[in-house]
Amino acid sequence: MLKNVHFGPSVLPFLLVLPQIIVTLVFFIWPASQALYQSVLLEDAFGLKTEFVWFRNFEELLSDPLYWDSFKITIVFSFLVAFLSMSFALALAIFSDRVIKGSGAYRTLLIWPYAVAPVTAGALWVFMFNPTLGIVSYALSALGYEWNHQLNGGEAMALVVMASAWKQVAYNFLFFLAGLQSISKSLIEAAAIDGAGPMRRTIDIILPLLSPTTFFLLVINIVYAFFETFGVIHVVTAGGPAGATNILVYKVFSDGFVGLDLGGSAAQSVILMIIVISLTVVQFKYVEKRVAY
Amino acid sequence: MARVVLEGIRKTYPNCFKAIHGVDVEVEDGEFLVLVGPSGCGKSTLLRMIAGLESITEGQLTIGDHVVNNLEPSERNIAMVFQNYALYPHMSVYKNMAYGLKIMGLPKAEIEARVKKAAAILELTDEQLTRKPRQLSGGQRQRVAMGRAIVREPSVFLFDEPLSNLDAKLRVQMRLEIKTLQANLGITSVYVTHDQVEAMTLGHRLMVLNAGNVEQLGTPIELYQRPASLFVAGFIGSPAMNFAEARIDAEGKTITISGQEALPLGSGGMAEHGGKDVILGIRPEHLELVAGAPDAVPMTVTMVEQLGADTLVHGHFGESRSDLTVRLDGIRNIKGGEVLPIRVTPDHLHVFDPKTERRLS
Repeated sequence: MLKNVHFGPSVLPFLLVLPQIIVTLVFFIWPASQALYQSVLLEDAFGLKTEFVWFRNFEELLSDPLYWDSFKITIVFSFLVAFLSMSFALALAIFSDRVIKGSGAYRTLLIWPYAVAPVTAGALWVFMFNPTLGIVSYALSALGYEWNHQLNGGEAMALVVMASAWKQVAYNFLFFLAGLQSISKSLIEAAAIDGAGPMRRTIDIILPLLSPTTFFLLVINIVYAFFETFGVIHVVTAGGPAGATNILVYKVFSDGFVGLDLGGSAAQSVILMIIVISLTVVQFKYVEKRVAY
Repeated sequence: MARVVLEGIRKTYPNCFKAIHGVDVEVEDGEFLVLVGPSGCGKSTLLRMIAGLESITEGQLTIGDHVVNNLEPSERNIAMVFQNYALYPHMSVYKNMAYGLKIMGLPKAEIEARVKKAAAILELTDEQLTRKPRQLSGGQRQRVAMGRAIVREPSVFLFDEPLSNLDAKLRVQMRLEIKTLQANLGITSVYVTHDQVEAMTLGHRLMVLNAGNVEQLGTPIELYQRPASLFVAGFIGSPAMNFAEARIDAEGKTITISGQEALPLGSGGMAEHGGKDVILGIRPEHLELVAGAPDAVPMTVTMVEQLGADTLVHGHFGESRSDLTVRLDGIRNIKGGEVLPIRVTPDHLHVFDPKTERRLS
């Protein structure tokens, strides 16, 4: 029997949760409500006049082809980042699970990229792919390929995808490895006795049993690609060339703080908020159902 | 159908731990061999070496006509039942059983025929075949695990403690089912268990392992009647055999437990061990309660366990320190503190060398 412990009335519990509540209010609730409020206002560039315009910001946004371009770019970008980082992490985790000697050191090294800040990660990749100085673009030019992500939109996209995915591989790797290790070894042995080789076992046994982890990571990675790649984009391409890597979260920044369209930018953040809320709902609602195998 | 022959099988792990110190055994075609021993004795390792899940460091393993040391598990024509059943949780029971056959590349009709046949043998209904393993009870999962082994039509069955996850009642039932199944199919089987009752009831022969060494190999009755070592004597039989330090007289005619009357040694005595300090083993069921017999030894009772069919009386001989258990049939009204006259039947004495721990005589 679980006993209910009753404490006398005391201010202590309230004091203990107070820091958390303050942080939430100041850094989450207040800015979010500001964004909600701003999204229905129209303000001139000098901040002299503010006008309440109902949903005109949203109407303008949704009829703006540039916004829809950005939307498409974001979807392509997040799909590529999620796919690349997850498939790479899965491969590494499967290999690492088979390593016997020095697995500890190997795994620790694989986790390092996660500790690198997005901006630093972006800077690293910019250096490597710099059209004039970069070691990779030098190697590419030796192979006869002229790399210039500052001019070529496709290359710019490839670069931000690589940089963002690279950073996320470590995180995915950790979860995949934990997922792999929770698969009972005797299942793999039973499959081996049934005659399945390593490849077949991976496809028939390991991947289906990993599906809860995969689904969880898919949502996490999409959220990551949607929102946390701002630093990478900012350093590597600043949304360019010609908006080729202008993902939604970057557009919020450039429209709001560079273009000074505060209302439009706030409306974009509200849309992003709705997206992240629905992704979280999907996550909570289905992640446990998908576990059922 | 195949013989399994192990010759000088040894296992040394990369960290230099020696798990198996040389095992030689020939498992006859259709024989049921049980590997039994306490946990960590190497019995599972040995089974996994036969299965091909562990490499063989030294020695030769032959299944049928082939040396299989370097063959993959799937090429050895074996099937294994795991302790935790190892059913694929995301596949239906049918698919679990069919998976191996699908990989073999059998035609669909053949697969279905084999699975249906195995399901019939194991009394699994069509409805159960469509379920996922987690929707089955422990006993049903156990049956599916065996079904998966049967459909492969292997030449050897390997069982790795298949009953240890079941409750006591189901364990007895499944034990009988496994025995019947093996007898009907006539497939050579190697079975690992730490439970001596399971071992005694299932095996045609038992191999008792202790710390990677074979203590004894023989039929259950051989092991019971003539345990080759102290370890086997203590391991086989329930409740366990009583041991006491004793000395054989100079002529080898009698044996004396320290501070007690001399007991006659049965059939011919042990002249060659005259004057030797030994360890005497007596099974609880070979001690009798005999009032007024001249050769009875007084036993002080400390505890009594009533089992209904039997009564287990715990205590010790006179002032002796060594614990003693006596198994009396039926219900007896005995209380702690009583002194009982106990008679030892001379034909059932087991005498062991205290140094080598091997059987003397």
